[in-house]
Amino acid sequence: MPEIVDDLPRDGLVAVVKRDCPTCVLVAPVLASLPGLTVYSQDDPAFPDGMAVHDDTALETSLALDVRTVPTLLRFDGGAETARTEGWSRPAWEELAGITGLGPALPEHRPGCGSRTGDPEFADELLVRTRGSSLRARQIELTALEDEAEALFDRGFSDGLPVVAPTPARVLRMLEGTARDPGEIVATVPPDLVEVTVEKVAVNAVLAGCRPEYLPVVLAAVEAACTDEFNAHGLLATTWGAGPAVVVNGPVAAEIGMNARGNALGQGNRANSTIGRALQLVIRNVGGGRPGGVDRAALGHPGKLGFSFAEDEAGSPWEPLSVSRGVAPGVSAVTVFAAEGPRGLADQISRTPESLARSLAQGLRGVSHPKSPRAFDATLVVCPEHARVFAGAGWSRADLEAALAEALLLDPAEIVRGAGGIEEGVPADRLSGPVPKFRHGGLMLVHAGGGAGMFSSVIGGWVGGPGGSTPVTREVRP
Amino acid sequence: MIILDPTGERAPAHRTALQRPRDLTGLRVGLLDISKPRGPEFLDRLETLLAGRGVAVSRYAKPTFTKPMPPDLRREIGTRCDVVIEALAD
Repeated sequence: MPEIVDDLPRDGLVAVVKRDCPTCVLVAPVLASLPGLTVYSQDDPAFPDGMAVHDDTALETSLALDVRTVPTLLRFDGGAETARTEGWSRPAWEELAGITGLGPALPEHRPGCGSRTGDPEFADELLVRTRGSSLRARQIELTALEDEAEALFDRGFSDGLPVVAPTPARVLRMLEGTARDPGEIVATVPPDLVEVTVEKVAVNAVLAGCRPEYLPVVLAAVEAACTDEFNAHGLLATTWGAGPAVVVNGPVAAEIGMNARGNALGQGNRANSTIGRALQLVIRNVGGGRPGGVDRAALGHPGKLGFSFAEDEAGSPWEPLSVSRGVAPGVSAVTVFAAEGPRGLADQISRTPESLARSLAQGLRGVSHPKSPRAFDATLVVCPEHARVFAGAGWSRADLEAALAEALLLDPAEIVRGAGGIEEGVPADRLSGPVPKFRHGGLMLVHAGGGAGMFSSVIGGWVGGPGGSTPVTREVRP
Repeated sequence: MIILDPTGERAPAHRTALQRPRDLTGLRVGLLDISKPRGPEFLDRLETLLAGRGVAVSRYAKPTFTKPMPPDLRREIGTRCDVVIEALAD
């Protein structure tokens, strides 16, 4: 039983009506004939005409009584509701009122109309009224003279593109996307090391343009990015231009409509475009990491607005990336990794896995600098038409990794300082033999893309390992 | 419109005052009466003195000194003035 508002009678009859309901208009003469009746009007305090009516245009009594239909007639005895009927039904009204002969000129039955509490236009207000008090984030009042979109830029909440105003109603709807408590601490966000709650992540997910069902993925990405291994602080503070990227595995990717196929790394899919953006907005707004501040990138890249996509598991010749990283099959997970912008590698001729692996290795060699061994990590996004070659030869993920590692053993003569007329390179006294391009575990393979095109993509990263950033995988919790 | 603060809430929600300018030449000056008694007399005198230096002013008044300025008035002053002089008198 909801909390009862003060002016309800302890004993007697109560009717809730609205003028905009033909049935309410029909029963108005009946209402006038009921002794000791208290009437609440949802839309017009002057209705029914000639009666003393309580103004319930704010719908407080209707909400307290959980009125779904008008007219609703209720009986109270000793402060408690003892009977209720909806719409007009002579027998029901007579029984409830204990009076016979009600509305002799009226039809026997007439269904009521929807209560104003159920109006779609009232849905947001109702949501905020009933659950708004659970919100903890500081409220900011935008003035009537401010343009909403401009106001959000002015306050520094945007990454440079328009953001969606995080109104209490939108944040409450976003929070419906997770079963987690809004007050739960998700992570401590660098660089300012601020604890972030589920609610605060939801606020930024609204800003980013996410739908509520994306929130669990965003929460997992925030958790993964705010770990010592991923080192979001270092990735932000480095003058190198990489940023966090998110690859999503498991059933959640399809459930929320992520794109793993054609243009997977590109624009045009809301989930792909906003999940990574929400993570970056959390780092910007909650963590305080902004370009020109702790973000010291010399150039950066467009994907720092947000970079997320799903792995194409169905078309992949290999187990999902998340499974290769220890997550159980069928469990949704995110993997965050340091990412520059993707660079395509076109090989339309190789039909043997050996040739294609060597070809892809050529593309990977340019990461950081073609003469730099074990400098930065990288991710190789293998497109379907390239993956088909490996699948046809029965190559596992490990087989390809081994072939790439072999093809990426760098010849000291090519990488020593001065080689090729290029001063950049490895000092001669540090070279005693071939050197691997990537540290062990520093190359990640993902399968994505779609349609025609023998074009895989190299995504350079940043310094890997304990002194840099290691990819981190976290399960997506509902 | 009410929005929820997306930040870590380590800074005040309201932005802080700008640095005081060295002189008022070319600046748009607002005179804000906070509605305390004798505020207008003080501001009238300031307006006369500023006019004598060739500085035009706009006049504003808060509805009451007991409450914060309405956000719309704050926005209007922020949009139309570079400097505001606020009178506190009794």
